[in-house]
Amino acid sequence: MDNLLSVITFMPLVAALILALFLRGDDEAAQRNAKWLALIATGVTFLLSIFVYTGFDASNTGFQFVEERDWLMGLQYKMGVDGISVTFVLLTTFLMPLVIASCWDVKTRVKDYMIAFLLLETLMLGVFCALDLILFYLFFEAGLIPMFLIIGIWGGVNRIYASFKFFLYTLLGSVLMLVAMIAMYMDAGTTDIPTLLTHTFASENFSVAGVTVVGGLQTLMFLAFFASFAVKMPMWPVHTWLPDAHVQAPTAGSVVLAAILLKMGGYGFLRFSLPMFPVGADVLGIYVLWLSAIAIIYTSLVALVQSDMKKLIAYSSVAHMGYVTMGIFAANQQGVDGAIFQMISHGFISGALFLCVGVIYDRMHTREIDAYGGLVNRMPAYALIFMFFTMANVGLPGTSGFVGEFLTLMGVFQVNTWVALFATTGVILSAAYGLWLYRRVVMGDLIKESLRSITDMTSRERAIFAPLVFMTILLGVYPALVLDLIGPSVEALVSNYDTALLDSGVTTAVAGH
Amino acid sequence: MIQADLNIVLPEVSLAIFAMLALMGGVYTTKDKAAPVILWTTSLVFVLLAAWIGFNGEGTNAAFGGAFVDDGFSRFAKVTILLSAAAILVMSQDFMTRHGLFRFEYPILVALSVVGMMMMVSAGDLMALYMGLELQSLALYVVASLRRDSVKSTEAGLKYFVLGALSSGMLLYGASLVYGYAGTTLFAGIFSTVNAGDISLGLLFGLVFVIAGLAFKVSAAPFHMWTPDVYEGSPTPITAFFATAPKVAAMGLFARVVHDAFGGAVADWSQIVAFLSVVSMFLGAIAAIGQRDIKRLMAYSSIAHMGFALMGLAAGTAEGVQAMLIYMAIYVTMNIGTFAFILSMEKDGEPVTDIDALQNYSKKEPMRALAMLVLLFSLAGIPPMVGFFGKFYVLKAAVDADMAWLAIAGVVASVIGAFYYLRVIYYMYFGEERDALNGSMPMVNWLFLVGSAAVMLVGVINLFGIEGLALAAAGALVN
Repeated sequence: MDNLLSVITFMPLVAALILALFLRGDDEAAQRNAKWLALIATGVTFLLSIFVYTGFDASNTGFQFVEERDWLMGLQYKMGVDGISVTFVLLTTFLMPLVIASCWDVKTRVKDYMIAFLLLETLMLGVFCALDLILFYLFFEAGLIPMFLIIGIWGGVNRIYASFKFFLYTLLGSVLMLVAMIAMYMDAGTTDIPTLLTHTFASENFSVAGVTVVGGLQTLMFLAFFASFAVKMPMWPVHTWLPDAHVQAPTAGSVVLAAILLKMGGYGFLRFSLPMFPVGADVLGIYVLWLSAIAIIYTSLVALVQSDMKKLIAYSSVAHMGYVTMGIFAANQQGVDGAIFQMISHGFISGALFLCVGVIYDRMHTREIDAYGGLVNRMPAYALIFMFFTMANVGLPGTSGFVGEFLTLMGVFQVNTWVALFATTGVILSAAYGLWLYRRVVMGDLIKESLRSITDMTSRERAIFAPLVFMTILLGVYPALVLDLIGPSVEALVSNYDTALLDSGVTTAVAGH
Repeated sequence: MIQADLNIVLPEVSLAIFAMLALMGGVYTTKDKAAPVILWTTSLVFVLLAAWIGFNGEGTNAAFGGAFVDDGFSRFAKVTILLSAAAILVMSQDFMTRHGLFRFEYPILVALSVVGMMMMVSAGDLMALYMGLELQSLALYVVASLRRDSVKSTEAGLKYFVLGALSSGMLLYGASLVYGYAGTTLFAGIFSTVNAGDISLGLLFGLVFVIAGLAFKVSAAPFHMWTPDVYEGSPTPITAFFATAPKVAAMGLFARVVHDAFGGAVADWSQIVAFLSVVSMFLGAIAAIGQRDIKRLMAYSSIAHMGFALMGLAAGTAEGVQAMLIYMAIYVTMNIGTFAFILSMEKDGEPVTDIDALQNYSKKEPMRALAMLVLLFSLAGIPPMVGFFGKFYVLKAAVDADMAWLAIAGVVASVIGAFYYLRVIYYMYFGEERDALNGSMPMVNWLFLVGSAAVMLVGVINLFGIEGLALAAAGALVN
């Protein structure tokens, strides 16, 4: 099939349109139909994406499944995947059916809820498949709309504030990227991403108002893209929207946010910042490394003192994203491999952790840690699964969490030992907040009166967790599954990066590969 | 000779004659009872004229010694003006009838102002410019105070008139300076004077005054003060009209003056226009935050949008003019849909303009709310709505013309501006349960609302081909 990627990308959109136009009423039957249609659409999308996986040639570092059509003002509608993006496409299609299944109990505006998630899936897949700058931007930005509505309509008490903060924060980040994109268009004369990857942007120093800009245009463009992706990641200190958004979002919203949306930032770094502005990345990379180290330690400490479960996991997400940015800007094979692996694994683990919170939230309608305790007595299966994912989050060897953290640390150790040293303390801290959370919620005696009648997970909930557990273990013991897929593409990326640096004659701080 | 000239201005002449005939018909027959017939005929005439101009026009033709120019640029603007005016007229019938404002003069005054607008975008001479501008404005002053027994409406009319007169005065003063220093009122003559050598101080002075007068008409900050009051005070259909066709005409005139007459002094005016653009974008974005009245909000929104359109003009290139034209076409389409919605904001037959009344509107009217959601995101410039492409074109033109700072200011302003559009969405979708609006919506308005929202979504495929048309139009203006 020539346009497999387009079919995958727009399949959920078609389902959303069918729901919007043809499904009437809001009674029990209509709600059930909406859920089933959404589940089937996302399921079929996943099955189709398996064809991408089987048809994908990992040894080919170019873009595959490419489709191309003319669009407005010299832009193109161009889709394609390489080793890096194909993993994200698979992650998205794999998680979405689980997300839909996890909101089976939603009762308000079910149809709209399903439409929003289907729309979101289309936009997320579009981000990972787009091979045109503006097409990428289109999908990247449009994703804000369904997420804004998901938080605003189905969110918690403080949802208005959270939705506005989420929207405006990320919008401000992205519009600067838009200006940089236009400047790139001017400079290279095209918005075609594969062409831009081979284009060398000017990197001669110049001075503005007496300040010399080292790395010239590349540094400025790097900064503009950084503004967008750093907010999306999110990196310290622009992470503050994330805890608010997470706490207020409904469970499924949190899962999508943590598991997939955050990865757009990391994907952006890998697709644009590193390969297109190597000099800019080289000049500023060291600062990004330190920001990542600060993020890991600072947000881990913040996570320790949270009294809200979701907020704790949200801060833990920020810390884990710190490993990702660190790995990416180490700019060597281990670092970048690790960063991608960490993103995939975090997709499963953080998604599962938010689902864990969702399970007890659905029963008790509170996320306060103090409201729980001793759950193991009434919910043994839940205790087991929560335990497993806490451990995976900590980075226990044998789970996928370990591989990502270890590879990124190894990558950054070759570049900057100090950053690696500080970042490693994050592993200890994550064990501290993770295990402490687990102890307070699950262990001990069941003394709270309100918890006496709490029931264990239903078979639907178990069915949702099963694939996540499976993937976490599978990637933990056989990481080659992902690493073989991304390896050649990452190798090409890193060697292009090194060559570009050599050609530009700039050799600064981040050397040694 | 005169035969050829008249052939070129035939659309304008026909429309003027039609307006006179309709007036006579109205006066001597059934007066206000004839209003619906006149309104629908006027709309029909608008649409027919748009088709005529759109399909028949070819090349560049000048009439009356160059005082009137019919070229690709003017045709693009005229078609936009005619179609939007027709849409607004049709939309307003229901509202006007129910509020006892449906006088037969209303469509006729609109027709006359449209004649003025067509004259404006075709002006090739300072006198023709002024003639078109005044014809347009005088008709608009009257319709602004159409609701004679309302203090706000008469205030709006008066305010508009007094400030409009002031701006006309400035424009005339500037025009007289230009005439004095260039020795001609013809744009072509001014163009060659400017090109001949250094632009003289007097000419520059005249240019500044002309631009100030024009900025008033497009309601660009700092000449925007009349906009919120006039928007608020006028009956809603009139506000809708103000927000669409006259803006296109004024912007077209603006482009014509700066390019046709002062095309050789781009560096001199582009900084003024860039300043107007930045101030408008920020003022529109920030001042609207405090507004709770949706009509005032739309007024500030239009100020911000004019700022963006001016950004295209500030680039001083054909690409910039193309971007401006695309922006205006998109802006007009969005506003038609938005005002179709605002017209339906009623409670027990009384118009409501407080956005607070929209609480939880999406529960009651999911389809209308959804269409409005799309329009608001489009107004905010969020992709994939077409509004984003309007912004993208002007930003690209600005960056292309080495005005990256202007583009950056623009995107920052658009983020600030996104807030108040989001707030309307917030009321409609996240608001609390309340029994508020119960206004009905006639089928026609519903079609305009949903149609305009659909255009915002479907347009992402190819913008309905206006890109090429705008390119040709811009090519005709900028050599």
